[in-house]
Amino acid sequence: MTDFWKRYQRNRGAVIGLIILLAVVLVAVLAPVLFPQSPWKMVQRPFLPPFAMERFPLGTDTLGRNVLAGLAHGAQVSLLVGLISTLVSLVIGIPIGALAGYFGGWVDDALMRFTEFFQTVPNFALAIVLVAIFEPSVQSIVGAIAIVSWPPVARLVRGEVLSLRSREYVEAAILSGQTNATIIWRQILPNTLSPIIVLASLMVATAILLESSLSFLGLGDPNLMSWGYMIGAARTVIRQAWWLSFFPGLAIVLTVLALNLIGEGLNDALNPRLSRKGK
Amino acid sequence: MTSTPSEPVLRIEDLQIALPEGADRAFAVDDVSYELNAGEILCIVGESGSGKSMSANAMMGLLPDQVRPTAGHIFFDGQDLLTLSEAELRDLRGRRIAMIFQEPMSALNPLMRIEDQISEVFEAHNLLTPKERRARTLELLNEVQIPDPEKAMQAYPFQLSGGQRQRVMIAMALALEPDVLIADEPTTALDVTTQAQILELIHDLRDRHGMAVMFITHDFGVVAEIADRVAVMQFGKIVEKGTAEEVLDNPQHDYTRKLIAAIPKLHAEKQEMVTSPTPILEVIGLCKTYRSGGGLFGGPERVVKAVKMINLKLAEGETLGIVGESGSGKSSVGRCLVRLMEPDAGSVFLAGEDMAHLKGEKLRSARKSIQMIFQDPFASLNPRTKIGRIIAEGPIAHGVPAQVAFAKAAELLELVGLDKSALDRYPHEFSGGQRQRVGIARALALEPRVIIADEAVSALDVSIQAQVLDLLADLKARLNLALVFITHDLRVAAQICDRIAVMQKGEVVEIGTAHDIFNAPQSAYTQSLIEAIPGREKELAAAS
Repeated sequence: MTDFWKRYQRNRGAVIGLIILLAVVLVAVLAPVLFPQSPWKMVQRPFLPPFAMERFPLGTDTLGRNVLAGLAHGAQVSLLVGLISTLVSLVIGIPIGALAGYFGGWVDDALMRFTEFFQTVPNFALAIVLVAIFEPSVQSIVGAIAIVSWPPVARLVRGEVLSLRSREYVEAAILSGQTNATIIWRQILPNTLSPIIVLASLMVATAILLESSLSFLGLGDPNLMSWGYMIGAARTVIRQAWWLSFFPGLAIVLTVLALNLIGEGLNDALNPRLSRKGK
Repeated sequence: MTSTPSEPVLRIEDLQIALPEGADRAFAVDDVSYELNAGEILCIVGESGSGKSMSANAMMGLLPDQVRPTAGHIFFDGQDLLTLSEAELRDLRGRRIAMIFQEPMSALNPLMRIEDQISEVFEAHNLLTPKERRARTLELLNEVQIPDPEKAMQAYPFQLSGGQRQRVMIAMALALEPDVLIADEPTTALDVTTQAQILELIHDLRDRHGMAVMFITHDFGVVAEIADRVAVMQFGKIVEKGTAEEVLDNPQHDYTRKLIAAIPKLHAEKQEMVTSPTPILEVIGLCKTYRSGGGLFGGPERVVKAVKMINLKLAEGETLGIVGESGSGKSSVGRCLVRLMEPDAGSVFLAGEDMAHLKGEKLRSARKSIQMIFQDPFASLNPRTKIGRIIAEGPIAHGVPAQVAFAKAAELLELVGLDKSALDRYPHEFSGGQRQRVGIARALALEPRVIIADEAVSALDVSIQAQVLDLLADLKARLNLALVFITHDLRVAAQICDRIAVMQKGEVVEIGTAHDIFNAPQSAYTQSLIEAIPGREKELAAAS
């Protein structure tokens, strides 16, 4: 573990990314304490510019709601949606990829055609359609994002399993009479963990972007304040009130950047042989 | 050249190369001095990790990033190579000092025709016109005796055999008539008959061009064939150097003696055949064909008959060697026996039950009696599983309670000569030989009656190899195991096998007792295999 941290630390960007992400998580966790009032509540006159009043450092929006409170509560939504939808897509993608890679033959053919079916439809279009059909709510958004983002997981896992399957220790496990399920679970999957972790960290970033895009289009959960919704609502007044879209936009950029940096750091730390030459 | 004949072409003085912190020792090479004279073949011998390739890499400026020479000199033609700039080194490389590598497939560019690869050497040094380059390329290919050089020039590396590829590498190295040729394990990846040809070629070229050859190898058989002088390395130091006769016939240092003693002797005892009334394993008419390509748009299908109608019998407590060169189908036989590969036809009777046609649960329980030891000790253990679990997994899968299985694993570890504390450690904490012992313990965990060892000692250093072979022989006798020993190494086969089957192109060309195979081989192929074993003549001379 200390070894892992040492290698991770070598990537300066990754450490910065981790610090940013921890800050965002902290804000999200503390949001109900810092801003006990609902972020939807009007608290001041509309269009209060940032830094004009001490109580509202980022100003207020078109309806006089506190932008900072919106950002803090939005962090909760973004992180939760990002995390849960990634978990769900891992739960779909890993078994499909593992089965396809392990059994090969017609199982592989069937599962991969099924995967391609999802891959050929543009991600975002499919997500919009799904959310529109199932009514915008957190559940439907998480579901839609998960459904459009599992195919890369399945592909990655299948590739890894294909190469691990012919390793001698897997053959030894077959000979020792272990069942296919045990072999996949105990021998193969633990060894695919590092690329999956790296991919997952990047998927969380993509999921946050997707959620923001959906909310921007007005397909977010109407009961939850989210960064995408804030930008979407402010787009008509972008010339009068730049801060309304700027700060949520900055939050998205920083969070996604942090996750990408972390992904790269994890890649360096988990696949030391593939990492770029440290000079 | 201004050097007088007595002046060595290359002189290494007190060379010291530091390893990065955290390595298993401070210096890859420490206080190493040797010289190389024109027209001489110097063999640098050592086991893996001895630092035998390091001084050559330092000479060529090929050291890894964190590894740096910290002291000493490499004098070549009056200059110290360690002080030269990259540009000056580049000019020397290829032109004055050339190198050939172990694996010709990865040293050649797979997407370049042979002609282009060789003329690139001239191009890199701005020599000759394109037409002359072509002519010289053909000349070189002729010199390294590639069959049909005109055609070989147009070929891509994958279209040539391993031996032919190594000849191309040698042609490239010779292109600019270097003074020094460095050969780093150039025959290790080759079959024994091809190896003999390449050794002869290097010997010939040395005589014709008078170059100095530095030959790095782990194989004392090869040393006996080719060396004029020998330097033996251990832990980064030269422990002994001298002429080939001195070192081989009268080794002074303990380590050299140990290494030479560890080489399996080419001598099979004549012994009483263990004849058990019913064979434990009987293979009848086994066939395996590989098909690739074909399909809807794939063009013609490629069909390779890897195993053609093989019949074998194995008695209880007997060791049967399956010997052959790469592509002979020996590994396919082993894999078909345990059904890691589906045979196309034939039967494999294991204690009267036909393994080849079992399915599902029945196959699973039948496999308990036939286990396998794999070649690569680094690939055959799951890097994320502890040793105890690796050994206990088999019995647990067959319903043995975990506690009993782990207790058994501890016993097995002691049986194969490892400490019980290994149970809770991960494979990467062990050396190659220790891992192979774990692999053996795993195979024994299910109390099999037959063990298939597929090149089980090929990846090991010769001293470790000897220990593992002893262990196998000991276990076999104690547990009354029958062993199928698949190997390309006839010396190993001679040491451990009771009977040997020689395979060529998917067929058994000869089968008989080890003694008969080595002393009175019947088929021409077996004879050529035995004649090609490096160091054989010397051994015969010593014996008589």
